Amino acid sequence: MAWNRKLLRVDLSKGTCTSEALNMQWAQEYLGQRGLATKYFIEEVDPKVDPLAPENKLIMATGPLTGTPASTGGRYSVITKGALTGAIACSNSGGYFGAELKFAGWDMVIFQGKSKKPVYLSIEDDKAELKDASHLWGKTVFQTEEIIKKSHQDPQIRVASIGRSGENGVMFACVVNDLHRAAGRSGVGTVMGSKNLKAVAVRGKNGGGAIRDPKAFMAATVAAKKVLADNAVTGQGLPTYGTQVLMNVINEMGALPTRNHRDVQFEDARKISGEAMHEKRPTDGKAQLVTNAACFGCTIACGRISKIDETHFSVVNKPEYWGASGGLEYEAAWALGAANGVGDLEALQYVNVLCNEDGFDPITFGATVGAAMELYDLGILTKEQIGMDAPFGSAKALVELAQMTAKGEGFGKELGLGSARLCEKYGRPELSMGVKKQEFPAYDSRGIQGMGLAYATSNRGACHLRGYTVASEVLGIPVKTDPLVTEGKADLVKAFQDATSVFDSAGVCVFTTFAWTLADLQPQLDAACEGDWTMEKLGLLGERIWNMERLFNNAAGFTAKDDDLPPRLKTEPAKTGPAKGLVNGIDKMRPEYYKARGWSAEGVPSKETLARLGL
Amino acid sequence: MQKSLHIDPNKCTGCLQCEMACSFENHGVFNISKSRIKVFNFEHAGRKVPYTCTQCSDAWCMTACPVDAIRIDATTGAKTVHEDICVGCKVCTIACPFGTVNYVAETGKVQKCDLCGGDPACASACPTGAITYVDANWTGLDKMQQWAGKTDTQPRANA
Repeated sequence: MAWNRKLLRVDLSKGTCTSEALNMQWAQEYLGQRGLATKYFIEEVDPKVDPLAPENKLIMATGPLTGTPASTGGRYSVITKGALTGAIACSNSGGYFGAELKFAGWDMVIFQGKSKKPVYLSIEDDKAELKDASHLWGKTVFQTEEIIKKSHQDPQIRVASIGRSGENGVMFACVVNDLHRAAGRSGVGTVMGSKNLKAVAVRGKNGGGAIRDPKAFMAATVAAKKVLADNAVTGQGLPTYGTQVLMNVINEMGALPTRNHRDVQFEDARKISGEAMHEKRPTDGKAQLVTNAACFGCTIACGRISKIDETHFSVVNKPEYWGASGGLEYEAAWALGAANGVGDLEALQYVNVLCNEDGFDPITFGATVGAAMELYDLGILTKEQIGMDAPFGSAKALVELAQMTAKGEGFGKELGLGSARLCEKYGRPELSMGVKKQEFPAYDSRGIQGMGLAYATSNRGACHLRGYTVASEVLGIPVKTDPLVTEGKADLVKAFQDATSVFDSAGVCVFTTFAWTLADLQPQLDAACEGDWTMEKLGLLGERIWNMERLFNNAAGFTAKDDDLPPRLKTEPAKTGPAKGLVNGIDKMRPEYYKARGWSAEGVPSKETLARLGL
Repeated sequence: MQKSLHIDPNKCTGCLQCEMACSFENHGVFNISKSRIKVFNFEHAGRKVPYTCTQCSDAWCMTACPVDAIRIDATTGAKTVHEDICVGCKVCTIACPFGTVNYVAETGKVQKCDLCGGDPACASACPTGAITYVDANWTGLDKMQQWAGKTDTQPRANA
């Protein structure tokens, strides 16, 4: 249906909902979702704005392929200035919510201002209204979704909401939709909470714009689906093991950050791997994994649905956690597990469910626990301060700290700051393992050099989804590069970042890029969208989006020195594995990258670059 | 040969490609609320189940219709709604034990699966084989084969 050509503007201060025509010239220049919403955001918001001030805005945006039969065509993104980072934030989510928003006839929703009291937005096709949410405030994501569906007497409503962590000011709160899909990173849920916006409930019965050429579009989507089905990663690896297929692979690479990046290999990696999720437990004879699951329109189906062992200490006498729920995915399993040295698969799944239930990012949470455990190990944080013994490897501490963070109690409040603010507070800022105050995901950049550059230059802080050179350096997609060297990584990172910007703006999932290149996406976009969507246009589009985001961050006060890694990764060599003896070569790669980007030595896009990109 | 939709919920991932295909085939739009096949998600059990009309031989909906708007398609055996005759009384929706005939407020008529005239779009769109279109006489064949595979062909030592 490409674009609906219509956006909804919600002024929370005034309590109004207004329909606006979508700027179709911008749609031609920025496509949709990440690109188009960021364009709107940058045009309307002062880069210096306090992320939690009413003047910050928050946009939920779909892409032109959202709500179409294109494989994985169900994505939406939440764009704002991130609470955690202070940088441009764009968190992408699957599930069914994005497609429903499209079916209701909208391309995006722009939230501005701040409501005096808690509200939720109800959308039923053209009709949009703010409703009182005082009865929902203090409720979890799971409860909120259930109450809204019941009160509207419509089980087919799709809900995106924040949990208690978003209300309590946890700096890394998510927006969670469809129970266990999340716009997860950078604290986009924290911004939503700061506006007293609890949830968005959508039902779309009549929407749906026109696909430019339906016949060509169907042919293009069928061909592209075959590419996914025939590919070993998207056709077999991801459906069978999910992203957890990576746990043992990355550990073997010597790139599995362990105990706050002190180590690069985890002795219990196998116990928390995708393979382990398939194994029958001795206690009840059942595997943790129940089934795989797809988001809307997805023919890969990497999602995991699991059941926790009912006899595990974390859920004994808590039957509400005995049912099937989402997880574990690789990033969460790593952050909650290896990053803390915890090898208890059941504990990890329980904490993962808590993250979904109360809407906080398991990557930042897990990494923050890892930092706290190191502070405890060094004697900087005491048992009294934390409220318990918290050595590396303690599943009990992990579980209790997650419960405290979800409820906003005790030391959970301090964990809610994220590792950068926590480590700063206790005088050891260098122990926060991240970039731009956002924690690293599950790849150690000493063992996968390109990822160090991708993290350092990611526009939303450390992130694997902005330029996933793991694909090339580990899996050989599209070509194999040596993970242990810095040579060639500047161009590689740039290419991944630019291509990903296009996928994130189209409405499809970045996981398609294990099999698809832009050449597979192009015919689908071209058939769906008005305009002439050539490969050349898409190439420029990705670079344009990247530079636009960069300009925002520079104006917000970020400089080249923020494109850096913590000292540990630059000075403490990997102790074991293939990367033994190596540190990350970020200082060598950064200038090469700036040059490849057409930026100055200070990381500022040159006039020529901006002119070439039409910025 | 009469054919029949065959649904294997264990293979369903919940991607809703079937619902998209159905709405496009029958309404020319991509909107799952218009689909005649529905995938139900039983979250706590971790089950996703596609469900639509099973085309009963002795169809309650057809018997109940007071204006003879539901008729048998001679080629496919599908019970099809003739919209020009349907008066939207909804008696068929009460008569159907499975709930697979549904009223559509926008048209004032009912709709149900008509097997797309013999080439069901949902089955073509399903990426996992959870929905297939098979010889109606053999709708249980795959299960039968699975059980057959479990039989022990070796003589038992202690028999």
